[in-house]
Amino acid sequence: MFARGLKRKSTEDAEDGDGGVAGVPAAPSYTLQRQSLLDMSLVKLQLCHMLVEPNLCRSVLIANTVRQIQEEMTQDGTWRVVAPQAAGRAPLDRLVSTEILCRSGREQEGEGDGPLPDPAPGQAPRRPQSSPWGLDGSREGRGGFQKSLDHIFETLENKTPGSVEELFSDVDSSYYDLDAVLTGMVGGAPSGPGLPAFAPAAAAPPSSTCRSDLGELEHAVEILVET
Amino acid sequence: MGGAGGGNDIQWCFSQVKGAVDDDVAEDIISTVEFNHSGELLATGDKGGRVVIFQQEQENKIQSHSRGEYNVYSTFQSHEPEFDYLKSLEIEEKINKIRWLPQKNAAQFLLSTNDKTIKLWKISERDKRPEGYNLKEEDGRYRDPTTVTTLRVPVFRPMDLMVEASPRRIFANAHTYHINSISINSDYETYLSADDLRINLWHLEITDRSFNIVDIKPANMEELTEVITAAEFHPNSCNTFVYSSSKGTIRLCDMRASALCDRHSKLFEEPEDPSNRSFFSEIISSISDVKFSHSGRYMMTRDYLSVKIWDLNMENRPVETYQVHEYLRSKLCSLYENDCIFDKFECCWNGSDSVVMTGSYNNFFRMFDRNTKRDITLEASRENNKPRTVLKPRKVCASGKRKKDEISVDSLDFNKKILHTAWHPKENIIAVATTNNLYIFQDKVN
Repeated sequence: MFARGLKRKSTEDAEDGDGGVAGVPAAPSYTLQRQSLLDMSLVKLQLCHMLVEPNLCRSVLIANTVRQIQEEMTQDGTWRVVAPQAAGRAPLDRLVSTEILCRSGREQEGEGDGPLPDPAPGQAPRRPQSSPWGLDGSREGRGGFQKSLDHIFETLENKTPGSVEELFSDVDSSYYDLDAVLTGMVGGAPSGPGLPAFAPAAAAPPSSTCRSDLGELEHAVEILVET
Repeated sequence: MGGAGGGNDIQWCFSQVKGAVDDDVAEDIISTVEFNHSGELLATGDKGGRVVIFQQEQENKIQSHSRGEYNVYSTFQSHEPEFDYLKSLEIEEKINKIRWLPQKNAAQFLLSTNDKTIKLWKISERDKRPEGYNLKEEDGRYRDPTTVTTLRVPVFRPMDLMVEASPRRIFANAHTYHINSISINSDYETYLSADDLRINLWHLEITDRSFNIVDIKPANMEELTEVITAAEFHPNSCNTFVYSSSKGTIRLCDMRASALCDRHSKLFEEPEDPSNRSFFSEIISSISDVKFSHSGRYMMTRDYLSVKIWDLNMENRPVETYQVHEYLRSKLCSLYENDCIFDKFECCWNGSDSVVMTGSYNNFFRMFDRNTKRDITLEASRENNKPRTVLKPRKVCASGKRKKDEISVDSLDFNKKILHTAWHPKENIIAVATTNNLYIFQDKVN
């Protein structure tokens, strides 16, 4: 359960030292970013199967990306079963971390294009300096986004993964082109700027363990095989 | 001769734009652009399965301040949507590629392909028609034979020019996966078609058989990690072709070596730069297009961020690399999210192989002069584009203070992408396709 209004805190990975001030997320750690990327990729693979004709090249590239992440996590030792009691919250934390990744980088504009210090020895995908394809940085935009995100969390608890269109039925459409989003879901074409912010959140009920991420990948690959 | 003086010494001018102004119809999205061998004809294919051919009008000798304009010559429906009942999948009618055959007689021939079927089209002109039949009226009705008292010989009289397109061959049922390339051999008798996992060799006269010459499908599809992204025959050696992969490699194959060219003769691959490594390295190394130079000595590949020129004699690295939009490297995560990272940009050579061109976002396209090492960014836009207006170079500001007239990375419109460009084989005339408009630019002629 993720109650409305609960301030986001980075509660995992004491090693990251990310316990920032409540309500103000610290800069996403490499682990968080990597996990977000993994989630995003798995969703993309599943979206592939909703399309009429999956693009094989795209599916292969995404699957390879997932494998790379999985390999690295295995080497790190972070590829582990999450404790059951945290299972309820961990997946939503991951959704949150993706939101951080997507958030407009208004506060980063002053940094220019200077490289962010990489916290890990491996090369991390850089957090985008700003997200012109996502929301604008306005306060109003963020409020609307939060409301939409909460709606999606509620929906995810209740609905099955198939009803993707319903996830967006009530979301305020002023921040992205709803038609583009739905077209992107059904028709398979890459859609407009608004989709990225929600694609990760539109996942099938997030798996409660990392192992089932692997299960999802295998399932995804099986479907690829049958195509 | 095309390209003399290079991309920057040339002043590019707007010439024409084709397509509706406000049209957002999906079927009008241009999916391929190709000049024929003389440059007189320019073909486009679109998402709706149509082919539109433009013809350059003969130069006006008196007013030679510009080269002939391109006007619609023929429009026809090449492919229709189909349904694969076995897999319950719709087969898109979108034209993936058009390739012209060299002209051998009065008619023109081209190959057009969608995801599954290749068609050979004959485009012919008719400007005369027979008149004076004995048994038919002019409108086609049959005359009562008993009213015929004299006989006459029908004669040909001029009529308004009619251009007809007719399908002469249909090459179907040879591809399980989506066709991404077709390439006509220099023998002008055979051609190859490539899908994600296989390449087939066809004879232009034979439609019920094709030879499989490359097959990279693994026995167990779960082991699939690499697909074919493009393929092309060598312009002079009829036994040689190349194919590129999603892992950034190019394989050159010799059909004389064996029937199934699974073992390459040469493998072109540049070692990865460890300092640039990220989770997106493989995706951005995936090659979206490969084109031989006209001379046949070089080939060019396009990956997400760069254009590379390879010498066929050197496999371990390209001889030239040009950055198309390096400022996107720090945005790869967002581009992955919105799928732009999977956009497949094409590239092309000018007639003399001295300049190469490719597209980018925000309706920008880029040219790189191989001799002067200078590059230029231009925009395909209806604004400020009157005929013979010289295009103003554009510049993207990657970071820091944006100068006047520069555009910042964050302001780029990633929905406006130029994936398809073509260069006239002999002159400095280029065709640039935005989403649903075709722009024609040419160099300033004084």
